[in-house]
Amino acid sequence: MEKPEFVYVTFIRTTPVKLWEALTKPEQTRQYWGGIFNRSDWAPGSKWEHVNEQDSDPIYVFGEIIESNPPTRLVMTWVDPDDPTDESIVTLELQPIDDLVRLTVIHGNFKDGSGMQGRISKGWPLVLSSLKSFLESGNGIDIMATSRSSP
Amino acid sequence: MDAIFKALADGSRRKLLDALYQENGQTLTQLCAHLDMTRQAVTKHLAVLETANLVATLRLGREKLHYLNPVPLHGIYGRWIQKYERPRLQGLSALKQDLETNQKHTSHGKA
Repeated sequence: MEKPEFVYVTFIRTTPVKLWEALTKPEQTRQYWGGIFNRSDWAPGSKWEHVNEQDSDPIYVFGEIIESNPPTRLVMTWVDPDDPTDESIVTLELQPIDDLVRLTVIHGNFKDGSGMQGRISKGWPLVLSSLKSFLESGNGIDIMATSRSSP
Repeated sequence: MDAIFKALADGSRRKLLDALYQENGQTLTQLCAHLDMTRQAVTKHLAVLETANLVATLRLGREKLHYLNPVPLHGIYGRWIQKYERPRLQGLSALKQDLETNQKHTSHGKA
C-alpha cells in the first residue's frame, strides 16, 4: 500500500454486523448520506454505485469491489463518472472495541490532479458523523442542507 | 466531548493539527522537524490528540503515520449549528478566510 491521503476514524456504539449493514444496505445508506444510496452485491469483482435517483444523471460515484470480508473489511475502487481516470481506493475497516466499533476509512491512491480528492475530504467527515448519529440515535444528519439551499 | 475540548485547549496541539492539515500522514520524526518542540513533548501531545480521536494513526510497514481526523469536530458542529444557519455561516467563514489569507487558497485549485 502506498501512503494514503486520508484516514478517518469514528467510534460508534453498535455492533460490527449492524455497522456492516448500515454501510452496505441501500435503504440504510440513504438515511445518513443525504438521500443518496449505495448499491452492490458487495462481492469481490462486482460493481458498486453511489446513486441519487432524484438526479437525471444519477450515478455520483462508482467502482469495483476489491475485497469483501463481512463484517470486518471492505475494499473498493472509487471512480468519478465524469472522469473515469479519476480513480482512487477506499478501505473500510470495522473493529469491535468493548461496546463500540471503530470504523476506519482509508482513502488513497489518488491520481495527480484528482478533482475527487478535494471533494471527499469535505464529504467523509460529514458522512461519518451522520452515520454515527444514524446508528446511535436513529437519525442521520441532513448533510445536503449546505448544497441544497443557497446563502 | 470533554476530551476534544481539552485536546484543543492547547496551542502546541493546535499547531500539530495545523501541521497535519498542511500535510496529512506524517511520521513523528517529520512532525518534530517542523515544530519547536522536543520529541517527548510531541509524543505526549499526539497521545492526547489520539485519545480525543482528532488524530488517527496508520501503520505502514515500519512507519506510523499520523492523520488529521476531523470527524469528531463535525459532531460538535452538528450539535449546535442548525442546518439552516450553515450556508450563511459558510459564506461568512469563506469571506473571512478570503480577506485574511489574501486568496492564498486559490492555489489549491487543480486543473
